[in-house]
Amino acid sequence: MTSAVSFTGVSRHFGSVRAVDEVDINIAEGEFFAMLGPSGSGKTTCLRLIAGFEQPTAGEISIFSQPAQGVPPYKRHVNTVFQDYALFPHLNVLDNVAYGLMIAGMSKKERHQAAEEALELVALPGYGGRKPSELSGGQRQRVALARALVNKPKVLLLDEPLGALDLKLREQMQEELKALQRKLGITFVFVTHDQGEALSMADRVAVFNEGKIVQVGKPEDIYYRPEVPFVADFVGSSNVLPPHVTEKTKGIWANAAVRPEAVRLGEEGLPATVRATSFIGTSTRVSLELDGIQMIALLPKGQAIPPVGEHTHVSWADDDIHLMEQADE
Amino acid sequence: MSDGVLDTDRNGVLTRISDTLWRNPRLTILLLIAPPALWLGVVYLGSLFALLAQSFFSIDEFSGLIIYEFTLKTYSELFTPANFDIIVRTFLMASAVTIAAAIVSFPIAYYAARYARGKWKAIFYLGVMLPLWSSYLVKVYSWKLILAKEGILNWLFETLHLSWLLEAYLSLPIIGGNSLSVSWTGTFLVFLYVWLPFMILPIQAALERVPPSMMEASGDLGATPGQSFRHVLLPLALPGVIAGSIFTFSLTLGDYIIPQIVGSSRRFIGQAVYAYQGTAGNIPLAAAFAVVPIVIMGIYLWIAKRKGAFDAL
Repeated sequence: MTSAVSFTGVSRHFGSVRAVDEVDINIAEGEFFAMLGPSGSGKTTCLRLIAGFEQPTAGEISIFSQPAQGVPPYKRHVNTVFQDYALFPHLNVLDNVAYGLMIAGMSKKERHQAAEEALELVALPGYGGRKPSELSGGQRQRVALARALVNKPKVLLLDEPLGALDLKLREQMQEELKALQRKLGITFVFVTHDQGEALSMADRVAVFNEGKIVQVGKPEDIYYRPEVPFVADFVGSSNVLPPHVTEKTKGIWANAAVRPEAVRLGEEGLPATVRATSFIGTSTRVSLELDGIQMIALLPKGQAIPPVGEHTHVSWADDDIHLMEQADE
Repeated sequence: MSDGVLDTDRNGVLTRISDTLWRNPRLTILLLIAPPALWLGVVYLGSLFALLAQSFFSIDEFSGLIIYEFTLKTYSELFTPANFDIIVRTFLMASAVTIAAAIVSFPIAYYAARYARGKWKAIFYLGVMLPLWSSYLVKVYSWKLILAKEGILNWLFETLHLSWLLEAYLSLPIIGGNSLSVSWTGTFLVFLYVWLPFMILPIQAALERVPPSMMEASGDLGATPGQSFRHVLLPLALPGVIAGSIFTFSLTLGDYIIPQIVGSSRRFIGQAVYAYQGTAGNIPLAAAFAVVPIVIMGIYLWIAKRKGAFDAL
């Protein structure tokens, strides 16, 4: 498979801040690739490095096997959907979408026709005459998408494009984006801090922390088989067991992850104390303390809820505990 | 003190006034706006209409007395060659100053809006405003010294052995003269210097409102920096440029001190107004001259609006 974007030892430092620190990425053509991480983890800087808004301090970036060093954004067939959409307020929707084609020198008639088609693609036909200020957040998001897609980019970069939308609209757009990506076959690189979004949409996910990629893999791998405690905690909100707890249940000195829904309460296992309970709709979230660590259990509907302060025991099926890299000690 | 949740016992006079105003927001707005509206209405519009009225009177050529009868005779006098020259000259000077001010201001304003932070922003404001703190007359006279034959600029050209260049420039018709301080180039330079803050600040304010992602989005869509400037930055900054040009244009149209101190002896509108209402005692003609900048500004704004200069507001 052709490589769409590849990073080899790429770093981007801002003064003494290592925003991106020796990152290697290989994104295949036609892939839906998500970059997931908390704010300030370097994922957006990576996206800006691909777009050309930033230049790497060290390392090599190539786009479709061509070195991107020193190539300005306007010479890259890569388009971006900005977090704030960045629609031009003085142009109407049609001229916003047709902007890239106008710059490319296409005639007014042709580019307006292409823009109209792009608006149909994002389910906004007939909105061309409006000003961006007259649109809702979801509509602006679609216009930004159409404005990028109309140029038939080789890689589409999306910077938290769903961040400003409400939950219902966000879920709908997630499905639409995924369907659109399949239909067009364009490489999508998607930056988000929402693990649900990354897991549900992407073919592969790269998890960022402090400027480094800590794990890359399929959503199931990231979710069920975290390699480091950070991924277990950030992506799956898994319980991370430190080595001294893992040793008691598995007999191995290592970090381990247990998903909250896999934790069972009862007579067997390690002793624990109930600290708090809260009802969250489909299940009840029980916060426990054992051996000086916090632990979360999700109890399905119908199960008895233990009172706060009760002493109980926690256990899990052997399949549900996932060992991570060997601890140093 | 009441024990209730609602503090209904607080009933001092000031509290009651506050309550009344809070319950009647329209009354509050009326009270706020009435004094300045009265001031504007009486002093500002009043003097403007007095001026307009004067311009429709005429002067008796023998007695020099004002005839208080409606006539357009005074306006027709504006179109005699000597007077019309003054109008054209002033208009061209104001246009040149405005265009140059916009060109000089834009990069400074862009830097201040996009890159200057913290201390540098303070230095920017200080640098732009500082000239406004000193007397306008002193500044103009210092420029006369800079531009004079014995002045520092001449000295600089001499030191660099470039006097021939300056002399060649000064020998040009219209813009040249005996020295820079008695040429229109000198007048132009001083106007440009004195009005520059009035152009920089509105452009900077307009650029401040343009998010940085606008230029990135334009570049991302294939536009070179030049194309981004033309298609995105300039249209978005245009309301600021127009606002600045209203200042530089109208201030140049009306000024009478700068061309008197620096420049040739040929008059500008401001000087004509000054001369006619003073020594000549021809107030109607002075008023008619004073109406010219108002008309020009009106036409300018009308064209700017038609061209969509305010669409980005």
